[in-house]
Amino acid sequence: MGYYLAGFPEKSVREFTRLIRFSNVTAVNKVKLGFIVNPVAGIGGRVGLKGSDGSDIHLKALALGAVPRAGVRAAQALRKLELLKDSILVLTYPGEMGENIAASIGFDVKVLGAIKQGNTRATDTINAARIMLELDCDLILFAGGDGTARDIYNTVGQMVPVLGIPAGVKIHSAAFARNPSSAGEIAHQFLTSSQPSIRDAEVMDIDEALYREGTLSSRLYGYLRVPFIKRYLQGVKTAISPGEITALVDIASEVVISMKPDLLYLLAPGTTTRAVTTMLALEKTLLGVDVIKNRELLLSDANESQLLELLETQDGKIIVTPIGGQGFLFGRGNQQISPHVIRKIGTDNIRIISIPEKIFALQGQPLLVDTGDTSLDEELSGFKRVITGSGESIVYRVST
Amino acid sequence: MNQDITSKRYKYGKPKLRRFHQAKWDEPIIFELHTPGQRGVLPPPIEDEMLAKTGDVFAALPDEIRRDEPPALPEISQGQVQRHYLRLSQENLGADFNVDVGQGTCTMKYSPKINEHLARSPKMSALHPLQDVSAVQGILEVMYRLEGFLKSISGMDRFSMQPCAGSSAIYTNVSIIRAYHRARGQAEQRDEIITTIFSHPSNAACAKTAGYKVITLYPDKDGYPDIGALKSALSDRTAALMITNPEDTGIYNPRIREFVDLVHQAGGICSYDQANANGILGITRAREAGFDLCHFNLHKTFSTPHGCGGPGGGASGATEELARFLPVPVVSNDGGQYFLDYDLPDSIGKMTPFYGNAAVMLRAYAWIMSLGADGLREAAEIAVLNNNYLLDRMLKIRGVSAPYAEGKRRIEQVRYSWEKLTEETGVLSEQIGLRAADFGVHYWTSHHPFVVPEPCTLEPTESYSLRELDEYLSILSHVASEAYQDPEVVKTAPHNSTIHLVDHEPLDDPDQWATTWRAFRRKVSENSPG
Amino acid sequence: MKKGETFIHPYIPNSVPETKRRMLEEVGAQSIEDFYADIPDNLRLHRKLDLPEPHTSEFELKKHVDSTLAKNITAAEYTSFLGAGCYQHHVPAVCDEINQRSEFLTAYAGEPYDDHGRFQALFEYTSLMGELLNMDVVNVPTYDGYQAAATAIRMAARITGRSEALVCRNINPGKLSKIRDYCQHEVDIIMVAYDNKTGLVDLQDLKEHISGETAAVYFENPAYLGQIETSGERISSLAHQNGAICITSLNPISLGVLKPPADYGADIACGDIQPLGMHMQYGGGQAGFIATRDEEKYVMEYPSRLFGIAPTIVEGEYGFGDVAYERTSFAIREKGKEWVGTAAALWGITAGVYLSLMGPAGMQEIGTGIMTRARYAMHELNHIDGVQIPFIDTPHFMEFVINFDGTGKTTADINKALLDYEIFAGVDLSLEYPDLGQSALYCFTEVHNRASIDRLVHALKEIVKK
Repeated sequence: MGYYLAGFPEKSVREFTRLIRFSNVTAVNKVKLGFIVNPVAGIGGRVGLKGSDGSDIHLKALALGAVPRAGVRAAQALRKLELLKDSILVLTYPGEMGENIAASIGFDVKVLGAIKQGNTRATDTINAARIMLELDCDLILFAGGDGTARDIYNTVGQMVPVLGIPAGVKIHSAAFARNPSSAGEIAHQFLTSSQPSIRDAEVMDIDEALYREGTLSSRLYGYLRVPFIKRYLQGVKTAISPGEITALVDIASEVVISMKPDLLYLLAPGTTTRAVTTMLALEKTLLGVDVIKNRELLLSDANESQLLELLETQDGKIIVTPIGGQGFLFGRGNQQISPHVIRKIGTDNIRIISIPEKIFALQGQPLLVDTGDTSLDEELSGFKRVITGSGESIVYRVST
Repeated sequence: MNQDITSKRYKYGKPKLRRFHQAKWDEPIIFELHTPGQRGVLPPPIEDEMLAKTGDVFAALPDEIRRDEPPALPEISQGQVQRHYLRLSQENLGADFNVDVGQGTCTMKYSPKINEHLARSPKMSALHPLQDVSAVQGILEVMYRLEGFLKSISGMDRFSMQPCAGSSAIYTNVSIIRAYHRARGQAEQRDEIITTIFSHPSNAACAKTAGYKVITLYPDKDGYPDIGALKSALSDRTAALMITNPEDTGIYNPRIREFVDLVHQAGGICSYDQANANGILGITRAREAGFDLCHFNLHKTFSTPHGCGGPGGGASGATEELARFLPVPVVSNDGGQYFLDYDLPDSIGKMTPFYGNAAVMLRAYAWIMSLGADGLREAAEIAVLNNNYLLDRMLKIRGVSAPYAEGKRRIEQVRYSWEKLTEETGVLSEQIGLRAADFGVHYWTSHHPFVVPEPCTLEPTESYSLRELDEYLSILSHVASEAYQDPEVVKTAPHNSTIHLVDHEPLDDPDQWATTWRAFRRKVSENSPG
Repeated sequence: MKKGETFIHPYIPNSVPETKRRMLEEVGAQSIEDFYADIPDNLRLHRKLDLPEPHTSEFELKKHVDSTLAKNITAAEYTSFLGAGCYQHHVPAVCDEINQRSEFLTAYAGEPYDDHGRFQALFEYTSLMGELLNMDVVNVPTYDGYQAAATAIRMAARITGRSEALVCRNINPGKLSKIRDYCQHEVDIIMVAYDNKTGLVDLQDLKEHISGETAAVYFENPAYLGQIETSGERISSLAHQNGAICITSLNPISLGVLKPPADYGADIACGDIQPLGMHMQYGGGQAGFIATRDEEKYVMEYPSRLFGIAPTIVEGEYGFGDVAYERTSFAIREKGKEWVGTAAALWGITAGVYLSLMGPAGMQEIGTGIMTRARYAMHELNHIDGVQIPFIDTPHFMEFVINFDGTGKTTADINKALLDYEIFAGVDLSLEYPDLGQSALYCFTEVHNRASIDRLVHALKEIVKK
């Protein structure tokens, strides 16, 4: 089973869509479902501790009487797949990291690796994911938080579809379902569909140690390939639809067509901005800011001082897209576009692009800005135009 | 036998839910009824004397245009054809059959049968549209007078009923907007149309089709289109605002006049989608709110039947200033006769082959003539009363909320949310709707996108009685409690419908989809083994 | 309405005062005015609507409408030779029987479960049309043949990415105006001449206008003026050689005897199904169809709904649903292809019933019958002094042009005079087609017999003598 990663200028939209589908299990073979429960996730919050990535915090939390919650939520999700047990082989880690739950529901379970019960660590998650990748899992379903998502991403990258069951205190990544039930439903549909739908979803992470010192710094970490659900009624799909590819092409062409000569275009990180570079047959750094001029790549992964230097002598525009499940425009992965850079370019020269689905997913919550400069944040707030396609835009609220 | 079997229908004085089952005929596709040689209807034969004079009409026709093989239509006797389609009709739940409050914004009110009789009279159905006007004074009078009624109801100066349905009227209005700005030399400059996310998708889609850039406003936290958002969207590129009021949420925007004025100040014009007119007939009008254009759906507000999706009727209304752009012809009266008036030099031309759906106009006319001003007002008020009664009761069902405008009254419909129920049970809104179908009613979620999560849009209209509203409520209440107690029943619904859950996968796969029987048979034989 | 006035009407069950009172009490409202609290006072209409006194009794309503309609004279009472897009055919009783059924008449947007009948009936309609047209994909009807033609041209533009369409001048001017309006943003309509002798597409002129910018070549068969186009094969080849799409608009009732456009290379077929079982209804019986091959690039450009057959969770059970719904405006608003909405579904179902009743033999017989009557009329009319049939040597289907220049009278005068003979004459062409002089377009269908045609001939003979 292979994947085709982005790169569609030569191919039609439809071919591209076909390429990112992959053939599913036949009736003969069982589906291989990787199942990882991070039992340390979600402990801290209840007892007032934020996040639980450092092992000593975890022990502190247990000492305070916090109860591991990840297991309960993982079970809720896995139960949704119970009716498929005869055609699924669950690959998992021992005991509390997944075996207990999967076996109790009645799945056919293959246990990989070994752990120290009651004292599991990030390395266990990483090892589990690595083995699942090697064994060619069809999907990895995990219960955990942003930290767990980060660990799995580091291990499998985009080579296996992954779906998160939220069980952490804070979830900033978009690689999770809304709740355990929903995660189970999505996994169910994904595993039984002849045309599963997957898309890129941001993995975010906050530096825990810094956070406890009082400094909030989060960043875009990478993109996992995540299944999403199609809902049927008169062929009706939800707001989250497979028309995403078409939407990306649509937006990218709108941006490209409007690019003026000799202007600098600062492309912030994000899947939507990446569509712009793909349309120009250029490479986009996954997590960095790239500068385009006259439809050519001028500078890759620029930092703040490089951007400021360029802007000394040239005018430009910022092209930015919401990051993560919270809808941050600035402050969560594009810190290179600092307040200085924004002021230099001018707040009028910011173009926000997004597929409509990302806006709907905000459920009415505003897009957010957090540049670190509160007065700039105020200027950036209000009603802003969001480009959602060729000749299509939305007016949406941006807030601090 | 002294047992009162009718009492079994009631529990504590209230009716229990119906033990409904929809007709299920398991009817084959019409082609499967084919028997060579059978005839369904015979066309009139050619008289010998005529044939003697013409000879074989195909003699002079080149072979290349002559059909070689007869079309592979099925051959079926008349009774069998009728039986087949009657069975299919039984497998269809028309509004006449169910308490159809579940199709919000569609205004599924009672289509009076007397109007059907009138519309099917040969004095209506056997008229050719190009007959000399002296021979069609009756229908022209109906059209003229109906226009007059719509003028009174809306306050607008002129109407064209040439558009054959709502979206067609929306497109007509967009065309008028385009013509208006072109006449002022501003068509190039003004290339943006603003609409709202709750408006019918056709507002955005028709604007796009006509070449406009579309800007969509999202609601503020109270569910109103945000006036700040509007202000930021307006510019000298604005051609028009296309808006619905009340929106499909049932919320009336009290600042509508401000909205319209802001657009006018920016040099644009305003078009009012009155699909949701049913609750405000005789209460408020397009004119006083300052609109330049509006449209009505005759098959919604004015009771004409929906026909499975048409034919319907659309009426585009304009102020005097914009009336010159209306499609031709309009119906005028020269003091003596009604006639088809083509004297609109700035008209956008013809939108449809003739003058619109005249038989639909006749039904709308008869409906208004049956009710009059008092009746229309009563219809609006009762539609609103019914809706608020439903709202009051729906909010008492576990898992239901009515987002926005908390504690406020609504006009003629409400968009509810089952989000709480979904979070607690995993059951989705569509699934609730399908389970409701097991009790013989319809249910509609929302247009896309689902801005309101797990939506359900109900519009009772004035047509259903209190008893019927209570029936609908008890059905939804029952299904909601099933979702909590026995979710599998709801998730695998429908159980009492004509068919079971459809596997939609093939419908999106080019290798599997089939929009005709022949395509289906071809793909089946291509994919079968051996 | 004044406070305290009651108005009970059969269409408004809860207008009964006691019910109203009870409901208000249940929801805790003083009066219905409470519900309109959000409407500012300056937007309230503080008077009654200006509408005539109603006829609340059904008897009076019927009397009123019947007496108004009595002022009409119908094509059932006079003899009509009108065509030009709306045609008088016999409507089989079973067609009316089915489209009067409340189950179909009052349904709207139910699911493929509670409205299974509608889905199946429309799937059968598209399937029957597919056989007639020899094409695998047919849409759920759009408004009418004008819309179908305009959308077909835009589909071709989207598929090819080009921006010109060639349209032959032998088209209904009203249809052309619709096409121009609808396509103006995306496609330039370039006119191609027709041959003055035959009335058919001028192939030379077509060759001169076709280029690498041509998205579509559009022609009609039969043409507006009634001639049967015989160069379909050559036209479509020319289109394909230049990478353009060939669109043919046709009259479906001719396809029992004429070759479907797919067989001479058309990529998109379109037209109006009114002749297939719809009463004329003063022009309210129109419905449009668009058909293509089953290729993804075509299917994805339809704005209309497309119903497909699908399995259900029960083996052997038929279900239906929307094919590629994502391409429509219902799913993705302005990202969808053009738009879709309420159009003419009931007429689609009716046309399905019609085709089921007619079968292959019926379609052959009616096509032959129509052409024979038209031919007979052509010959008889040709013998009238001063009357000419300009395109007499070209094969026609059901309509043809009659020229009255030789009579010294205008078409308008002749048409007025024919009314005295209880005849609705053919459409006056003199304004639309000035090149044709004082002409009219006459239409003959299976409803005409020798007697009625002879009556026309006789009337005209008398009129031209005066």
